[in-house]
Amino acid sequence: MAEVPRWRRYERLSGPDPQADVDDELRFHVESKTDALIAQGWKPEAARAEAERQFGDLRKLRQDGVTLGRRREERKRRREYWDEFAQDLRYAVRMLRRDRGFAFISAFILALGIAANTAVFSVVNTLLLRPLPFPNAQELTWLASGRDASAESRRAAGLSAVTYTVDAFEEIQRHNRSFQSLTSYNPFFGNSEYTLTGSGEPQPVAGVMVAENFFQTLGVEPVLGRLFAAEECQRGGRAAAVLSHGFWQRQFGGDPAIVGRAIILSKTPVTVVGVLPAAFDFGAVFAPGVGFEIFVPAVMDELRSWGNTLAVIGRLKPGVSAARAQAELDVLMPQLKAAHKEWWGDYASTVTGLKDFVSGRLRRSLIALWCAVGVVLLIVCVNLSNLMLSRAAARNKEFAMRAALGAGRARLLRQLVTESLVLSGAGAMGGLALAFAVTAWLGRQGSIALPLLSSVSVDRAALAWTLLIAVGTALLFGIAPGLSLTASNIHSAIKSGGPGMSTGRGHERLRAWMVVSEVSLACVLLIAAGLLLRSFLNVLAVDLGFQPDRAAAIRIDYEARDGEQRRAVLEEILRNVRAIPGIEAAGVADMLPLGRNRSWGLRASGREYRDINEAAALVRIVTPGYLGAMGMRLKQGRDFSWRDASRKEPVVIVNEAAARRHWPGRDPVGQLALTTGSGGWQETRIVGVIDDARQHSLEASAGPEMYLPVWQASPEGAELVIRSKLPPEALASSVMRTLRALNPAQPATQLRPLGHIVEQSVSPRRFFALLVTVFAALGLLLAALGIYGVISYSVARQTQEIGIRMALGAGRPQVQRHVIGRGLRLALAGVVLGTVASLGATRWIAAMLFDATPMDPATFAGVALLFMLVALAAGYVPARRASRIEPIVALRNQ
Amino acid sequence: MKSPLDLVRGTLDVLILKALVWGPLHGYAVTDLIRRQTDEALLVDEGTLYPALWRLENKGLAEGEWGLSENNRKAKFYRLTKEGRRRLREETRTWDAYAAAVTKVLHAAQPPLPEDA
Repeated sequence: MAEVPRWRRYERLSGPDPQADVDDELRFHVESKTDALIAQGWKPEAARAEAERQFGDLRKLRQDGVTLGRRREERKRRREYWDEFAQDLRYAVRMLRRDRGFAFISAFILALGIAANTAVFSVVNTLLLRPLPFPNAQELTWLASGRDASAESRRAAGLSAVTYTVDAFEEIQRHNRSFQSLTSYNPFFGNSEYTLTGSGEPQPVAGVMVAENFFQTLGVEPVLGRLFAAEECQRGGRAAAVLSHGFWQRQFGGDPAIVGRAIILSKTPVTVVGVLPAAFDFGAVFAPGVGFEIFVPAVMDELRSWGNTLAVIGRLKPGVSAARAQAELDVLMPQLKAAHKEWWGDYASTVTGLKDFVSGRLRRSLIALWCAVGVVLLIVCVNLSNLMLSRAAARNKEFAMRAALGAGRARLLRQLVTESLVLSGAGAMGGLALAFAVTAWLGRQGSIALPLLSSVSVDRAALAWTLLIAVGTALLFGIAPGLSLTASNIHSAIKSGGPGMSTGRGHERLRAWMVVSEVSLACVLLIAAGLLLRSFLNVLAVDLGFQPDRAAAIRIDYEARDGEQRRAVLEEILRNVRAIPGIEAAGVADMLPLGRNRSWGLRASGREYRDINEAAALVRIVTPGYLGAMGMRLKQGRDFSWRDASRKEPVVIVNEAAARRHWPGRDPVGQLALTTGSGGWQETRIVGVIDDARQHSLEASAGPEMYLPVWQASPEGAELVIRSKLPPEALASSVMRTLRALNPAQPATQLRPLGHIVEQSVSPRRFFALLVTVFAALGLLLAALGIYGVISYSVARQTQEIGIRMALGAGRPQVQRHVIGRGLRLALAGVVLGTVASLGATRWIAAMLFDATPMDPATFAGVALLFMLVALAAGYVPARRASRIEPIVALRNQ
Repeated sequence: MKSPLDLVRGTLDVLILKALVWGPLHGYAVTDLIRRQTDEALLVDEGTLYPALWRLENKGLAEGEWGLSENNRKAKFYRLTKEGRRRLREETRTWDAYAAAVTKVLHAAQPPLPEDA
């Protein structure tokens, strides 16, 4: 085989060509054969024909050759690509190892950005994107009554405004055609609080009364035993309960033999018939922040006379939309109301997806949070672009060398992107580890009143999201330095032998722009965080109408057959509790503020009401002394006294909102009110008026409320409130001892400071405000790093210039001012841009603010000032360095 | 035209590999070598030779490269790779064992002895 002549190299200049290769190869064969035949004495034409004849079907052969050749080329190309990638990878790792500080800082920044994004995505995915944890969850809907009531009267009526009576529920169940199944539970959880005895210390047990078909409708199967049988849901039927998985594990050590055994709940033996799966968390879906231990059948015949007691959930028939169900109910409900003159309300209903009911309110907050982490990631990208640019400037010579050795621009770009992929890969690893830790921690925060929080985890979708943003960021921040790799500046780098002047200046302008955009993004974040934080503080500063400090509450258990006995028992308990040293005041109510609620009727005697909804008022059933123990303020009149019980006339205390609505312009004390609660309307004497207190949440002002004494109406549970200078931990044991002495079955309940109740009620707001603030702080830090980076780079680049200036007589302060001024100018530009952008962004979060306008001047001014201070600090270090430049040294290094 | 022996299935590949042992060859030279080495007993058909060569190339047993033939024409030469050399050794061993076994049967003078003699 002879040497190939030089010109042959250019034959396949336009790339490999399997077709031509095959043709050339076969042609050679035919020619050789022809020559051989001629040598044997054939005539040239005949020889040629014979050679071709011997070949047979050339076309088929050629086709095979081309196919095989293409396949070979393809494989070769792929191998070369991966070879190059491996080479780039090795090179990238080597480069990063040489520049360890840069690599570590970049990967760290990326890890923070990616961790924030992955963690928030996990939360958003769980609460907003993923369906509820039930089979075919999109069919599940939430039915709320009271559609036509005004927002105000709906607030006044609380939970009672959206629930149904047993009759209404059964009528809808019977007549609707949209739902394959309609079920309900009793959301007045005070009706199903029990004390578990017979296994160690008496334990408080929170239960839920659910309709017979509740779990079937949701699609929840027991892991052990069975669900309720029909007879267990009848009045007088066998008492049965289903355990939550957590309670089964905690209380019974996961013993499967518990099924079929009886446990003692509030002195009644109840048979455990089944255990629910761990994945079913009733509280997480229907009552965020509350845990439930057992489920008992709602005996409809018992609940029938209790008024609005049922929260209703429906599973739509396949193919039926919520809108169609709504349209059906719009027709059905007036018909039912017409058929039932005795119904109190019209039960005009709203049908929404269950998912909307669970997390609809949080939608805006979650999206805002998502945007915030997106902005953080953007800032991270800009920051890294900046770092990469300064590195690229330093590496210009290296690139020039590689270009001279034959690497094309695309090849260099690929090298750069590989480097950023390595960085973002490292960042993603760190970010994932962080995100795992954060989500695991979040999952354990049972006291944050956000739905589904316990099921937040970094799942497959979150992993995919992480991969996506890791690659996305790598491309984003790898591109900028790549774009600066123009042919001309590679050449100039070779020629000048140092960072070219033109490159430097172009870089600097680009980097200045990046810093400005970074500052403006961080500014938007910080302003939003400032507004949310301010709202949070405003909420905390709200006048609650009661004093949570130094007060604590504990659930108590007692037995009483009627009102009179209740009075006697509670009076006895309170007398003993007040005798405990250190306790200043004590009282009992059936429900505490910011928790459960229910409404009954309240109106002025002798006044006509057009809308019956106007007569709804939240009701608390209390003992004398409760108002004082809570720190509520009596405006007029007096508190209840135990002696009221022996008088014939029923008494009531109302709040100011009720006084304003029903007795406008008059002194209500001494007036007669009509109240419900013990049968029909009853004349009741008003003995006092108290200041409005926040009952639903800290953010909604109070509607009408009334307080009835314990002997006059039946309470739902009992909360003992004590006020003391001593911390609750110090009191807990003596209070419990006192309660146990009076009632040995008193469960081992916790003495909870009222402050905790308030905290839990603001926990969603704190959650969002805190997260956005953390992200904004991260943004601020990165922006500061950006300012510092670009200023110190320009100082390094201008060493000679500064040296010349100083040689010409510029003083150190002058040089410092110049450098710091540059940083301030950048920050100012960013703040101006950011402020303008914020004007739009904050309007969008206006609904999340409390007592703060989206254009709160204090917040805007504070953020601007903060940025100036940060820019000052970030510019100070390079400014000092600049002022230390020795003119002689700087000029000699030319 | 005399009728040569038909190639036993699967032996073409190993013949080509063997042909390449002596040095890089183009396709024509491969047929020529096999023809002469078998005293014209085996004639390799062009229609099967080239696909076989290409397959060997795709499998990485032979490596193709362009060069100039003895009479200065552009030709594709095939060179045995390390992998190809190993394959040739293996196939040769297999062929020897096979041929020996077949020979034993065909030249047997008596039936085999009973196993439990």
